Amino acid sequence: MMKTVSVKKQKRRQKVANVFLTIFAILCAVLFLFPTVMTIANSFMTQKEINANYGAMISNFDESEGKKTYISEKLNLKLIPDKVSVEQYKTVLLKSSDYLMKFWNSVILVVPIVLFQIIVACLAAYSFARYRGKLKELLFFLYVILMLMPYQVTLVPNYLVADTLGLLDTRMSIILPGIFAPFSVFLLAKVMRRIPTSFIEAAKLDGAGEVQIFTQICLPLSKSAIFSVVLLLFIDYWNMVEQPLIMLSDSDYHPLSVFLSKINSGDVGLAFAVAVIYMIPTLLMFFYGEDYLVEGIAYSGGIKG
Amino acid sequence: MRKKVKANKKSRTIKGSERATELTFIAPSLLGVLVFFILPFFVVIYYSIIDNPINKEFVFLDNFKAIIENEAFVLAAKNTTIFSVIAVPLVVVLSLLLALLLDSKIPFKSQLRASFLCPMMVPIASVVLIWQVMFHKNGTVNQIFEIFEAQPVDWLKSNQGMVVVIIMFLWKNLGYNMILFLAAISNIPGDIMEVATLEGAGSIYKFFHLKLRYLSPTILFVTILSLINSFKIFREVYLLTGDYPFDALYMLQHFMNNTFNLLEYQKLSSAAIIMSIVMVVIIGIMFIVEYWFGKDVE
Repeated sequence: MMKTVSVKKQKRRQKVANVFLTIFAILCAVLFLFPTVMTIANSFMTQKEINANYGAMISNFDESEGKKTYISEKLNLKLIPDKVSVEQYKTVLLKSSDYLMKFWNSVILVVPIVLFQIIVACLAAYSFARYRGKLKELLFFLYVILMLMPYQVTLVPNYLVADTLGLLDTRMSIILPGIFAPFSVFLLAKVMRRIPTSFIEAAKLDGAGEVQIFTQICLPLSKSAIFSVVLLLFIDYWNMVEQPLIMLSDSDYHPLSVFLSKINSGDVGLAFAVAVIYMIPTLLMFFYGEDYLVEGIAYSGGIKG
Repeated sequence: MRKKVKANKKSRTIKGSERATELTFIAPSLLGVLVFFILPFFVVIYYSIIDNPINKEFVFLDNFKAIIENEAFVLAAKNTTIFSVIAVPLVVVLSLLLALLLDSKIPFKSQLRASFLCPMMVPIASVVLIWQVMFHKNGTVNQIFEIFEAQPVDWLKSNQGMVVVIIMFLWKNLGYNMILFLAAISNIPGDIMEVATLEGAGSIYKFFHLKLRYLSPTILFVTILSLINSFKIFREVYLLTGDYPFDALYMLQHFMNNTFNLLEYQKLSSAAIIMSIVMVVIIGIMFIVEYWFGKDVE
């Protein structure tokens, strides 16, 4: 009798704890979503409303005094626009082609990197997964170390090569090293190593060649992993800042990820709309591929294969 | 005898063709890695021990001495270290807590998971404006401070800038790490937990003596991953404050950028080598630790 009471008590305590945990989790979630939601909401404000609310961020350069003056001292973060308008989007899309050009810059930097890195990595991963040996393990270890090196280290050799090959100030100086970055080799090799050797042996007995084993067994079985690597790569490179700053001295070639910060102080009225346009590709990928993304992240856990 | 030789020959030719496919498949990647990373790294080593690319005089450690005494490098290294030492443990602990939160019996799990992952998907450049408004001198955070009659802080132009950057780092990275922990938690054998519950182990005991033991390889992995990501904090700082941040936010990548602009190859090379040595040492320590802990669990 005593025992059932204490179990009941415990259960009730558990329930109360769960309610608190849920409230806490929802609060956290709101904080996590806040900046993104704010950006989207503000993109539907009119220029006038932006000026009124974010005066302290908008500066006019005063020639006579030689210093910046702000149109007001006020700053007022506001979630819901007084009047929903697509004025910002209209201006960005129809009048100032500059931002669209920068968006295009991002696309032609990121798409080739992702596409070719995946192709190169699938091939290499197959080789790492199928044939193992002392030398191969050592090579794989080298790839892991290279993968873990920060940009501050890898950009120096990248720059020297680009300089030697005369690629500086061209997009190739970013695209080529990007294609051979070892991250996706590492991840896909780990995935392909999980394919049971019995599958491959069976295919071999049926007379399949290496190319057939690769295209008809390994690739289809790794399909979801390949898709999740594509997502991870795209997000990472869509966000690039370090490489363009060093490789491209002409800011006309800069992707929007760098350029956006430069327009912030001038055209705050447009910035929100540009920001939203810039996050649309990654957000769409998130909505349609969240499960792949989660799977991809889970694959990346653990250094050893 | 003859038969044996023949068989031997056959197996060797199979091996030969296997070696050929092995090499063909890896060739594009290996070639690219050699050309863009490994070979030029030797040039970097070479540049770090000569006086300049024209004279090519061998100066051994002089460049390294110069870089260690370089004020800007020391400041950048100090700031980056401070940032990493604070931000990495924070992100590891908080993401583990988030994972445990999502592992407990609460509703809306998939919606919560999506919200925690959302910052990872959003380019920093897109939301940087909101962060600027929040931490501006007259911004939202200071307005909240005013309500509680606390001193307003000029966040981005003072030593407190570090706080802003750490918050942004946590915001961006917690989701990814949380997924890694969730995957690891789901791999903990369920029967062990059940036995522990039947034996009357409390949830705190279970967490510290069982779960943490099984999670330790993941904790190490998340730590190293967060450390690597902490070196990317330059992005946030650059987008938030531009080329010339307040001293407390001057990071290693700022130093590298400025040195690239001046084309000082000797400085660049020796700085890159010092950083790569530090990274290799850290990675090495992690491998050793993972080796010991891994043995323990099995």
